[in-house]
Amino acid sequence: MATPDLLIRTLPMQAVPPDWPGGYWWHWLFFTVVLIAFVLTMVMAVIYVERRGLGRMQSRLGPNRTGPFGLLQPVADAVKVLLKENIVPDKADKLVHWLAPVIAFAPVLMIFAVVPFQNGALLADLNIGILYVVAISSVATVGVFMAGWGSSNKYSLLGAMRNVAAVVSYEMPLVLAVVGVVLVAGSLSMNQIVLAQDLPFILFQPLGFLIFFAAGCAEINRSPFDLMEADQELVAGFHTEYSGMKFAMFYLVEYAEAIAIAAIITTLFLGGWRGPLLPPWLWFIVKIFVVFFIMVWTRSTFPRVRIDQLMAFAWKFLFPLALINLFITAIQVLIWPDALPWILIIVNFAIMGILILLWSKLFKLGWGRLEV
Amino acid sequence: MLANYGLIGLFFIIVVLFSLVMVVTPIVLRYLKIVPNNPNPIKNSIFECGMETTGKTWVQFNFHYYFYALVFLAIDVLVVFLYPWATQLRELGLFSFFVVLILVFIVLVGYIYAWKKKVLEWK
Repeated sequence: MATPDLLIRTLPMQAVPPDWPGGYWWHWLFFTVVLIAFVLTMVMAVIYVERRGLGRMQSRLGPNRTGPFGLLQPVADAVKVLLKENIVPDKADKLVHWLAPVIAFAPVLMIFAVVPFQNGALLADLNIGILYVVAISSVATVGVFMAGWGSSNKYSLLGAMRNVAAVVSYEMPLVLAVVGVVLVAGSLSMNQIVLAQDLPFILFQPLGFLIFFAAGCAEINRSPFDLMEADQELVAGFHTEYSGMKFAMFYLVEYAEAIAIAAIITTLFLGGWRGPLLPPWLWFIVKIFVVFFIMVWTRSTFPRVRIDQLMAFAWKFLFPLALINLFITAIQVLIWPDALPWILIIVNFAIMGILILLWSKLFKLGWGRLEV
Repeated sequence: MLANYGLIGLFFIIVVLFSLVMVVTPIVLRYLKIVPNNPNPIKNSIFECGMETTGKTWVQFNFHYYFYALVFLAIDVLVVFLYPWATQLRELGLFSFFVVLILVFIVLVGYIYAWKKKVLEWK
């Protein structure tokens, strides 16, 4: 085992209070506890926001009986779900069925290891931060597929298959939109990307932001892209056969993923923890809630897409646009590295509008003829 | 830098243990008679809309997924090459831009071919 002294000396601590909150092991212990607590509390808060917000948008109240304004509803749900009977189908592949929630849940928590809450306040400031996020976030799909395969239910299997197809398709626009940000920031480290944002990158990368948002929503199965658990077609998709705590874990994964995507959008496009007056971590959380609220809004506004529309949207609309956006950004970085930001911003918004309009004209399903 | 990966690795161990505890807790509670456990054949059958499931579930899947996976693989490998270029673009200059343009063009030919062959249509 390496001596702690050596580890402390080699650790690049860029925290605002230097060496905060102490040596290697204290740093690890502090952030491990904080991250897990952060994710669990945020999931509860976000479930509350979603249920109440969605209720309001559909002209109803939402849960309002448990505690003041229904604030204790997520707690009540958690306790209830813990005490439920655990039903496993006789024909299911037991081991896969039991392991699936663990494999789906672990990578989602791992994403938060590189998300900065403040300057240098993150578990590990990897110099390949965003690449790490891209790599690790795809692993949750394996858990989802194991759930669908292991429960030996046809609806589950169909849902899982669709999930894999959708994740595979939306991975590329997502990753290419990230490359645009990396071009402007000139670094892969999440902390450096935030430090590079004197103006939020959403202004320099409006098209990249839209692509990332749409692809991110599809990646985490949020409506309007929630084909894999479309209730009207597939009962509940991959978690049809799950009950009790294991179902709760999939529920947790769903919202933890939403928070993760919101946190990454905040870090990449909205300036992360930067902002006036309020403390940085509070800015970060406020921005996460804003992004999540937009996700809820999208969910209540758009109807669910069809599966062929889902795939075509990724391959024929988002992917070419992401590639074009990437090269336009590269040209801008190369030719006008010191141009006035406001001119670039206006140009970028104009390019975004023109590209989206043009490509929408071009975009047809099955070359205009739909074969069913 | 290696120390950072150590942090990530330790965090990973804790996260896996945490999720395992979450899965195992109901089993422990079941032995403490807090969580009920009354299985019966109907309850443990596979969910279907009022009928019993016919045939096997684990069948061969649609060949169509395979095409998507192939195109995905080609483009994803390309994107991995784009990342180091993107971080160093300012130092590498205009020449690297054209090099990457050629690299992307090669993969793009395959993408357009797949589009023309209607591989990207979902049927």
